Amino acid sequence: MDWLAILAAGVLAAIGPFTAAYAVSASGLNIQFGYAGLLNFGHVAFMLVGAYGLAMTVEFGGSFWLGLIVGTGAGVLLGLIMGLPTLRLRADYFAITSIAFGEVIRLLVRSSWAEGATGGVFGIQGFANSFFELNPFDVSELYGFGRFIVTGRTLFMIVVSWSVVLAITFLIARLINSPWGRVIKAIREDEDATASLGKNTFVYKLQALMIGGGVAAISGMLLAIEQQNVTPASYAPRVTFIIYVIVILGGAGTILGPVLGAVVFNFMFFSIDSFMVQLQANVGFVGDVLTPADAGLIKLFLVGVAMMLLMIFRPQGILGSREEELVQ
Amino acid sequence: MNDEAVIEPVPGVPKPDPVVTIDGLGRSFGGLQAVDVDHLEIQRHTVTSIIGPNGAGKTTLFNLLTGFDKADEGTWELNGGPLVGIPSFKVARRGMVRTFQLTKALSRLTVMENMLVAAKDQPGEALRGAMLGRWRGVEEANEQRAMDLLERFGIDYMAYEYAGSCSGGQRKLLEMARALMVEPEVIMLDEPMAGVNPALTQSLLGQITGLKDSGQTVVFVEHDMDVVQEISDWVVVLAEGRVIAEGPPEVIAKNPAVIDAYLGAEHGEAAS
Repeated sequence: MDWLAILAAGVLAAIGPFTAAYAVSASGLNIQFGYAGLLNFGHVAFMLVGAYGLAMTVEFGGSFWLGLIVGTGAGVLLGLIMGLPTLRLRADYFAITSIAFGEVIRLLVRSSWAEGATGGVFGIQGFANSFFELNPFDVSELYGFGRFIVTGRTLFMIVVSWSVVLAITFLIARLINSPWGRVIKAIREDEDATASLGKNTFVYKLQALMIGGGVAAISGMLLAIEQQNVTPASYAPRVTFIIYVIVILGGAGTILGPVLGAVVFNFMFFSIDSFMVQLQANVGFVGDVLTPADAGLIKLFLVGVAMMLLMIFRPQGILGSREEELVQ
Repeated sequence: MNDEAVIEPVPGVPKPDPVVTIDGLGRSFGGLQAVDVDHLEIQRHTVTSIIGPNGAGKTTLFNLLTGFDKADEGTWELNGGPLVGIPSFKVARRGMVRTFQLTKALSRLTVMENMLVAAKDQPGEALRGAMLGRWRGVEEANEQRAMDLLERFGIDYMAYEYAGSCSGGQRKLLEMARALMVEPEVIMLDEPMAGVNPALTQSLLGQITGLKDSGQTVVFVEHDMDVVQEISDWVVVLAEGRVIAEGPPEVIAKNPAVIDAYLGAEHGEAAS
């Protein structure tokens, strides 16, 4: 067993652009779920429209930079479209319709009817070239030391995506710590009480959904840029639930919880993955029982187990306060 | 109290200077007529209590008046301005704020945050104002006012604790104090004394009288006739959604219709 390789797999994942994108996505969901109490189970759809907004803009001859605006706008707009008819529903019905919303959008994008615009099941590739042209690092060079090395391309993505995390976290903190944030939290606690104090709860919920949606769209764009690829298969409902795990792991309703959650989650996820692969390849009896594909699936199983343990033993997450969890 | 003396204690009687006027208000749930009020006026600067047996429609009436439920028919107005179809948050902004039978403390906010949420005209509550950050001046003034109110209600020492860690009685006090942060003209208390120990009941009664003294009109729902007798200027009796009697508490206590419909034979003997 090469333990250093396992550690390196975990660390490189934890600091990688993928983690940064998930941190942004989780921060978006945290506004909706952690602060406003909106159970949005269609979160992945916001990431999808961000990614496709960018890819399609470039595909249709727009610039990459215009694509960024279109992508973010698409997330905000989806929040509006999804929120207007559903936010007046009771919380549980909103949750149910949001799942449907997410799936409908994915199926729409992958349908043969939309293939001309979206590329159908094959998606769109190679739309971020003008972004990578700005890369100041040497793509043929490796950066880092020992096992902890990344390519110049990855280093560029790390710098950009974590800068986005920083900027978004700063803006969210400013918003949440303002009176606006207080009203959002009040709605999470009791919507009727908040309305009885003269606050237009519908508008606040809509704003939270739209802002969270815009943030999620940005995360979708980060993922799409990193992969230079968008396909409908990347936006399965499973992604929404992974983001929920991240938010709850880090601490829903805390500013840094989603970021920390993404780091811890991806560290665990990829080190376990590396561990399972090595176990399968090097330890005789495990290799007899499991195929390499099985070893990959077990990490998903472990995510489920970890989620259950988390909910039982630390429902407030890593950064959540125990005191806050206990008051009712 | 002098004004009440000249008002005839009959259902639907007009009163001088009404702040709330209700006409032909109806609400039914399926076949059940929950509220059916022909005419009711609530006089400014009084404590008006609404009593009635369980299921009389008291809370439904509150919900209708404050925009938490939709009426089937009828009109009602606050200070002459119609409130029909006005959503709950606008009703509050117009000056009629309610509390709830099951106290709604915002648990994972501190007591102070509970108070500050209720303050009006905080520019930081709009997205633009929040991002620009020009709300701290207003915030400080609001905090001062909130602290004064918390002191008045005797829960200032809880200001920076989570509201969820307040006892049942403290939550009742907080809810009342919080309603005052909205600077309402009419404050509607839905069973403020429910589930509260006798000592605290006295303190709550004092607070309610205090509300009137500071210029508010108080409407509250209550079961306990003794409580009602003590602090009400005017009592409205609901049964099966209708106003079956209204008048000063001492008159209502002796009204045979009320005794039959609500108080029952046991109380009837005690009152006579």
